[in-house]
Amino acid sequence: MIDTRVQSAPFDVAAETANLTAGRGDIGAVVSFTGLVRGDAGDTLTLEHYPGMTERMLANIAAEAETRWGLSGGLVIHRYGVLPVGAPIVLVLTASRHRADAFQAAEFLMDWLKVKAPFWKKDANGWVEAQGSDDDAASRWNN
Amino acid sequence: MKIELLYFANVRETIGRGAETRTFGDDVKTVADVLKALGDGNDTYAAAFARPEGLRFALDQMFVGVDARLRDGAELGIFPPVTGG
Repeated sequence: MIDTRVQSAPFDVAAETANLTAGRGDIGAVVSFTGLVRGDAGDTLTLEHYPGMTERMLANIAAEAETRWGLSGGLVIHRYGVLPVGAPIVLVLTASRHRADAFQAAEFLMDWLKVKAPFWKKDANGWVEAQGSDDDAASRWNN
Repeated sequence: MKIELLYFANVRETIGRGAETRTFGDDVKTVADVLKALGDGNDTYAAAFARPEGLRFALDQMFVGVDARLRDGAELGIFPPVTGG
């Protein structure tokens, strides 16, 4: 079961990883991805999202990952609000018996979050435009 | 037909509000019809919807195309392509 959370508060990767694996002898691999706010030091990024739909889409994306790979557990945290450059913005944890499932599921989750999770980013230059390369990355999982 | 409209990002900023409830006549059946009804004779909405190919839509919180048919009481989100992750 991959848990999903949408929150403004920061997250603690070590604590979340420990929580995911506590008391579990069946987990042989945990893959962790943390996305950070890029930009010039001192700047901020504002993340707007669609409350309700965001939670729904994260749950859908997580459920899709569960059907495609043999996962022992996982966690997706996506933040919103005003975040300084360098701050963690998204966390994906995937746990599996062997590493291949965890690696692939983590990459899939990030690729689909990019194009299916209803977030919008605004930086010092205005609204950040969606990248075609993100669509390409997401579409390779379509088969 | 009553529709709960939600706007995000630059669409929200251009229109000047994030949400509103509108009642449309029988001629409004699809997402495209809503864009036309709101934009006709209103420069603000016309500007927000000037490039429909650059907009994305969610009907009751699921992505849909511009030809999707509406139901009375539906929630319709209108926004630019998402940039999650």
